[in-house]
Amino acid sequence: MPLLAVDNVVFGKGPDGKSPILDGLTLAIEPGEVHALLGTNGTGKSTLAGLIMGCESYRPASGEIRFDSRIINGLAIHERARLGITMAWQEPVRFEGISVADYLSLRQTAFDPAACLELVGLTPFLYLSRMVDRSLSGGERKRIELASVLALRPRLAVLDEPDSGIDMLSIQDVINVISEFKKSGAAVLLITHREEIAKIADRASQICNGRIICSGTPEKVAEHYKARHCLACNGVECHYV
Amino acid sequence: MSELDELMLALGEAGGDKSVLADEGIAHLSVSGSSILSSRQVEGIDVRTKEFRNGISAKVVVREGVKLAKPVHLCFGVLHKKGTQKIEMDVRLEKNSSATIIAHCIFPKAEKVRHIMDAVVDVGEGAEMRYSETHYHGLSGGIEVVPKLVVHVGKGGRYYTDFTLINGRVGALAIDYDVHAGENAVVEMTARVFGHATDDIKIKEKVSLDGENARGLVKARVAIEDEATAEITGITEGNAAGCRGHVDCTEIVKDKAVAKAYPFVQVTHPLAKVTHEAAIGSVDKRQMETLMAHGLSPEEAVNVIVKGILK
Repeated sequence: MPLLAVDNVVFGKGPDGKSPILDGLTLAIEPGEVHALLGTNGTGKSTLAGLIMGCESYRPASGEIRFDSRIINGLAIHERARLGITMAWQEPVRFEGISVADYLSLRQTAFDPAACLELVGLTPFLYLSRMVDRSLSGGERKRIELASVLALRPRLAVLDEPDSGIDMLSIQDVINVISEFKKSGAAVLLITHREEIAKIADRASQICNGRIICSGTPEKVAEHYKARHCLACNGVECHYV
Repeated sequence: MSELDELMLALGEAGGDKSVLADEGIAHLSVSGSSILSSRQVEGIDVRTKEFRNGISAKVVVREGVKLAKPVHLCFGVLHKKGTQKIEMDVRLEKNSSATIIAHCIFPKAEKVRHIMDAVVDVGEGAEMRYSETHYHGLSGGIEVVPKLVVHVGKGGRYYTDFTLINGRVGALAIDYDVHAGENAVVEMTARVFGHATDDIKIKEKVSLDGENARGLVKARVAIEDEATAEITGITEGNAAGCRGHVDCTEIVKDKAVAKAYPFVQVTHPLAKVTHEAAIGSVDKRQMETLMAHGLSPEEAVNVIVKGILK
């Protein structure tokens, strides 16, 4: 029984105003599974993340999203979060007047904020009293978002390009975080463009033109991705050839 | 219970530190209505006070080169339901001196109270003054607060002030600050106010950067809900070469509240630069979504965001 099942979901309208952004997308993630999602820009990856999290104006036109066998299409973000779903956005927002320590303790968890910071490669005593505001660099803010998601101990973490904005030398920190989710038994939907990140997943899928066009081992999907094959439309619709 | 005990009790309830009265190393002045209940001077600071019909006047001088190690504490209050309190302050920091002043203004039972502050501050060459004012007005909203302040900051001087009114009702507030900064002077003014019910908030803060390379920041953070109104005017003038100024206003509006912001910038010298930003509206959607993804309800998320901007 999958932890998350996205079943034949249709959502939104693409740039042509006709074809949907997600066009009958189906994806399943098992409990404890790290599932990488690969796809070029504009293929619907972040849209799918927003739909799973239940962001405002992200409601499927048709199809179902189930979590733990329960249909969650109508649930608000915080209701989904309380079921165990959470998300780290590609570009996390800043908060004036909220310290890193407070941000990592928004909800009572057993996880120590300092330990979470260490796991994302940040020295706790340098960061706990800092504000989650514009004084942080993009990379620092991103790491703190990952730490906050870790602190929540979710059952499913949706990580939208956790490696973007992180310097190449620190990619191992991102890999460590994903491993930590795995150790804790959480499932991860890992949206990424980097093969070395995708490789740590248990399974992977490639999205193109709002549909999953290939699923399997990360190596197989990465090869498919790099070979620029589109099995769904042979490149006629998505020009992915 | 003596009036001083009552004032100190109210101070403690408003988050102030009443133990400062007993500390012989800390200068303080406690005023209830038009009565000076307690005061202390320390080495390097002269305080002359006078009571008059509806208030008091105080002339404070920090002598040249004196750097006060501990903050000066001021506590002004009206403990009755009705009354008028006028405070006339004349504060002078002489050359190369420094002082931090912490003021609490407490009106816990105010139903028909007026608190008028008329202050003149002179920060001398190379001197530094930090002034922090926190208000607590109780829950009835029957209070009118009118602080008026004119400040001159001399060459290389620094003046930092923050005004906070985030607990209890605001009532009617009309702040009018006018600060003039000389050569290489630095000025930072911050106001944080949370309005409820029919509170009426008017804040006008002006910085004139008159000396070369003067720096100024005018910052307002206001949250209003119910039927409260807020009108924030942040003015910065760049009048000399190398001046840099910024006006930064954020207002969060809930329910039927109405907010206005007037960031006003003027430059009269080609080598001066003044910028501004103003944001008014409901709580940021992305901030809300992020907090809700952490499991906070919409109400909890709004509280966290509002408390953050008022911090």
